[in-house]
Amino acid sequence: MTALTAPTVSSDRDSHLLRDTWNVFRRELQPLLHDPFSLIFSLLQPIVFLGLFGPLLIGSSGQSTPEVLAWFVPGILVMIALFGTSATGSNLLYEMQTGSHERTLVAPIARSSLLVGRALKEMVPIIVQAAVIALVTIPFGFRPNLAGMAASLVLLAIFGMGLGALSYALALASRKKDWMFWAVQQALIFPLMILSGMLLPIEDGPEWMRVAASINPISHVVGATRALFAGDFGAPVVLGGFVAASALAAVGLWVGITAMRKSS
Amino acid sequence: MTNNHMISARGLSKEFTVKRKVTHAVTDLNIDVERGELVAFLGPNGAGKSTSLRMLTTLLPPTSGQATVAGYDIATGSAAVRSRIGYIGQGNSAGHNHRVRDELLSQGAFYGMSRTATAQRADELIESLGLGGLEKRPVLGLSGGQKRRLDIALGLVHSPELLFLDEPSTGLDPQSRANLWQHILTLRRQHGTTIFVTTHYLEEADQFAERVMVMDSGRMIADDTAPALKTRLAGDVISIGLGSMSEASRAAELVATALPSCRVNRSAHDETVLEITLERGNTELPRLLRHLDAAGVPVRTAALRQPTLDDVFLALTGRSLRDDSAAEPNSSSAEIENTGVRS
Repeated sequence: MTALTAPTVSSDRDSHLLRDTWNVFRRELQPLLHDPFSLIFSLLQPIVFLGLFGPLLIGSSGQSTPEVLAWFVPGILVMIALFGTSATGSNLLYEMQTGSHERTLVAPIARSSLLVGRALKEMVPIIVQAAVIALVTIPFGFRPNLAGMAASLVLLAIFGMGLGALSYALALASRKKDWMFWAVQQALIFPLMILSGMLLPIEDGPEWMRVAASINPISHVVGATRALFAGDFGAPVVLGGFVAASALAAVGLWVGITAMRKSS
Repeated sequence: MTNNHMISARGLSKEFTVKRKVTHAVTDLNIDVERGELVAFLGPNGAGKSTSLRMLTTLLPPTSGQATVAGYDIATGSAAVRSRIGYIGQGNSAGHNHRVRDELLSQGAFYGMSRTATAQRADELIESLGLGGLEKRPVLGLSGGQKRRLDIALGLVHSPELLFLDEPSTGLDPQSRANLWQHILTLRRQHGTTIFVTTHYLEEADQFAERVMVMDSGRMIADDTAPALKTRLAGDVISIGLGSMSEASRAAELVATALPSCRVNRSAHDETVLEITLERGNTELPRLLRHLDAAGVPVRTAALRQPTLDDVFLALTGRSLRDDSAAEPNSSSAEIENTGVRS
């Protein structure tokens, strides 16, 4: 009766990491696959920026439409990744409230896979949405370098995965007070956006803004995306963008996995 | 399995510190559940039922004590425990944007089942839980009862040998509740699944469980079969109505001499009615009627009331489980509830 000598199992989770990650990734992707048009509807915001902010840029800069689009469209693509993935933690927050996250915690899935699978899924909508926006602006005079565009999508995917992981970590940290998720997300997203130079050139701003932008990983991603769409693969900003995105992804995954392990 | 115990817990305790105040959610829990048993874990809201369940299902590390579940230690063998148990929590297990059948397939994949085995199992469960026609419906579009049945299906996909259910019937209408229990009982009959269910519905525990564990304020205060608990802690009540006050007094004397171990009271509603608390009321009642009849005291009415688990809880704690104000969690456990730890 009192014997509690149960066999201890050596963690065989590592061998299942890939399988678990794939299963989580696939589950996250399912609603999107069934309803791909939801991706297009969520492009409303970037289209508003393109349609209403673009003409103002053209008017104030005095440059030609193709010149402005070559500068502005890559910024908008980063904006899609920024807004889409920074909010994705709210899905997890919701699943924590309903109980479906709890169900996955009781299942024999590695905690790290619960986070990584979700973060990897963030790549898919970014690639689809960025490609759609890049292509629909071509009739208006946007002239992307196609190889550069492909490389940009990879860059944006890495960036989105990292940002998504951070968003999930924020959701896990806010599970006891869900208002905190939106408070932090909203407080960070606009400064990060403006200090990345995606809407207006940061070079025209004061010194302190340029310093702030230089330590904002998003501004490096924006710079790299612009260079790649122009076909300028050798530009130092390209390497800088990939380094910034990879660093963000590494930090995001580490913070996210730690938060997921602590949450249960 | 080193022994036949599906669940074995020793000294399992959980403390929460909320705003520098320590709350003992569960204190010194000792449980042995054998393979194939159906155990109901009964107690008011905030008694510590869910916290106990969350420890046994590896969702919450205990502050102290240890437990083996399905043969593995919950602390050192959590992965092995997880792959062997099913858990149906208080919330809804399926993601709202997901489709019914997709979630069942994902669940099978999570447990390492093959695609074909999962698909077959999913279709079986859709059929047996009455989810036919809803396969492609997003979970958001299901009714409360349908969602609960999907929760059950998700908990069963991998055919666990041990199933934990946390308040499975809360919020369901009586028909859905009866239906749910039918599924649980069928599962058990067909597969010998060990079932551990928390509930605050007394009737459910009484009707379906072979064994009832009663929890109050974080401690287990009783553990036995429902009939044994009732006999030991509550007792039957025979009410007999007599023609007049004097006859009632006469009858009371006769009863007291014939059954020295019983307790005789006048009914609060009618002074001519005697309430006799005793064991084995069903065999004593006819004997009592014959005895009074032979003594020339005619009995006008007779009724036997057998005790409920609520009487048991009342006898144990001095409070009624039905009384919502008594079952209301105190302020500190309410705070815990707000922080997302259900107890």
